[in-house]
Amino acid sequence: MRPVLYVLTFLAVIALGFWAYRENYATQSALKEVQTLQRQIVGLREGLALQRAEWAYLNRPDRLRDLATANFDRLGLLPMEPGQFGTPAQIAYPRSTFPEIDLPVDIQGALDLTEEGL
Amino acid sequence: MRTPLRPLARILQAREDGLNPDSIEKENLRLRHEAMRERARGRAEFRLLILCASFVLAFGAIGTRMGLMAASVPMEPRASAPGAEIIAQRADITDRNGRILATNMTTHALYAHPKVMVDPKGVAVKLAGIFPELDAEALARRFTDGRSFVWIRKVLSPEQMQLVHEIGDPGLLFGPREMRLYPNGNLAAHVLGGTSFGAEGVHSAEVIGTAGIEKALDARLRDPAQGGKPLALSIDLSIQATVEEVLFAGMSMLNAKGAAAILMDVRTGEIVALTSLPTFDPNNRPNPLVDRNAEPGDSPLFNRAVQGVYELGSTFKIFAVAQAMELGLVNPETMVDANAPMTWGKHRIKEFEGKNYGPLLSVSDVIAKSSNVGTAHMALMIGPLRQQAFLKSLGFFEATPLELIEAPGARPLIPKRWPEIVTITTSYGHGMSASPMHLAAAYAAIANGGVMIKPTLLKREGPTTGVRVMSEKTALESVRMLRRVVTEGTASLGEVPGYEVAGKTGTADKPKKTGGYYNDKVINTFASVFPASNPQYVLIVTLDEPMDTTLSEPRRTAGWTAVPVAAEIIRRVAPLMGIRPKLEPPAPDALTAASN
Repeated sequence: MRPVLYVLTFLAVIALGFWAYRENYATQSALKEVQTLQRQIVGLREGLALQRAEWAYLNRPDRLRDLATANFDRLGLLPMEPGQFGTPAQIAYPRSTFPEIDLPVDIQGALDLTEEGL
Repeated sequence: MRTPLRPLARILQAREDGLNPDSIEKENLRLRHEAMRERARGRAEFRLLILCASFVLAFGAIGTRMGLMAASVPMEPRASAPGAEIIAQRADITDRNGRILATNMTTHALYAHPKVMVDPKGVAVKLAGIFPELDAEALARRFTDGRSFVWIRKVLSPEQMQLVHEIGDPGLLFGPREMRLYPNGNLAAHVLGGTSFGAEGVHSAEVIGTAGIEKALDARLRDPAQGGKPLALSIDLSIQATVEEVLFAGMSMLNAKGAAAILMDVRTGEIVALTSLPTFDPNNRPNPLVDRNAEPGDSPLFNRAVQGVYELGSTFKIFAVAQAMELGLVNPETMVDANAPMTWGKHRIKEFEGKNYGPLLSVSDVIAKSSNVGTAHMALMIGPLRQQAFLKSLGFFEATPLELIEAPGARPLIPKRWPEIVTITTSYGHGMSASPMHLAAAYAAIANGGVMIKPTLLKREGPTTGVRVMSEKTALESVRMLRRVVTEGTASLGEVPGYEVAGKTGTADKPKKTGGYYNDKVINTFASVFPASNPQYVLIVTLDEPMDTTLSEPRRTAGWTAVPVAAEIIRRVAPLMGIRPKLEPPAPDALTAASN
């Protein structure tokens, strides 16, 4: 009985060792992958921050002002002025487009009393 | 095996020999006790040893761990979720709508290890070709004098970096750098301030604020716990840009040396625009002036709106009038003595250009016509102590609590003694100096129904509570009087149709360094509130040494300089803030017309 137990224990130790070895390598490769991904994320974030900075730089007010002046012929942009506010009273009501009733109206489904013989 | 205390053999022997057998027992007892003691000591010593060993092990483990941690290069936890926060060491600054005012950019610094250089002299010549500010000979000397490390440039553009790469010398190395970038150039430069590098290493460098909000809130911007959350200011980018544009145009048209403008929301205390001209580019901050004779205001770094402490002139009159009304001494229709010139001791108080609005003038007209004498009489009714207490409650006795590093340093200049002549001069804004920011905060208190709110540069959500400094009725009547200044008083050019501008002009002669005042150098201020029927914003415009030369005679009063500039700012800015122009009900002048 005892030798069997020894053999089994020995086999279990070998199996566990193998398992631990594989887990170790799996963990290391997972960590490596996480690191690459994180490096990618950092790179993308940096790129994003740079694009945001560039967006802000390209949209800086004095550049937009110069562009609006340079393209005035095409765009006709002017600074906002108080006169550009309107009131609801300035909006016209939509014209009523109902056709006038001048022709005899055909009422469908009306009972033809003559046919009924009444 | 236990030895008997009285072994029979020895006892019998002893009896035979005539000895006392008890001594044998005693002897044996002693030996047994000694053995027991030996055993106990042995066990105790063993236990001590175990204890000792465990202590050594425990402390040894801690010590080794500490040593390892101290000696190893810090590493970010690799297995945890990505550190979303740790991307930039300094948080962005945005305007109130989230548009970027300051951000970071990764770039590189250039350094050299001359000992591994292949051709130090050739490298020096090539580097000088790329960077014109470098001197080839000096660089070559530094590369060859035996040192092993040389800093060459703090930041490089990508093109420059490529050119350095193309030199291809192994002794030239790059270190990553985070650089502060202000994409809007000199917009809101005085608010933002600027940054520089602190402690520098090869792998990274510290970015620290050197002025403005970057320095005042340095700890917040660098706090990792904030997770890089951008700092939202109360500034509005497009409004700030418009104010700067109009103010700059006004300043150049009126030949002014400098100008400042503050636009403040009266309910929340938020500063929507704050500008000081001339300005600078925070990306490339100029050096402070070193000339000892230069005035601080000569440097573009000087923030006139916050640091500039000036005598603000007649804009102060409304405070005397408001206090007199608050104390129940007068009402807007009360007639006060305005007979100029007024003599007080050896001083003569005159009106502008020696006019006389007297002998009697209504309180409302004192403000509309800006009568020094009328205000002086009201100030005397109030008295020095109450006047000081009121000005103190409006914040004129201490620095503004604005989130700029320059703000605490700009303390108002208060006369040491407060005799009655100071009461008189202070009532019309002479003798005591304060910054335009102080004036904005005090006018905001009037515009906000008498509640004083601390000005701030940070975005606030909704109205805040403040301290009541005058009753709502007084505040309302004061705004009404300020409105009359524009409709029929000294600020008639300030009228913007639909926006009911109310305000007070102030023209103060500049004090000479040697004492006395200049005749031809003035500071013009227009403190305005709009719309008068429901005040929402306060705008302060200050011009330094302006001069209107459109007519034959140069004019230097605020009504001709600061007022039209302020009116243009309001006309441009109010629609941007979404304030609808309002058609005012016709002025009740029908009655006066009928009486003629």
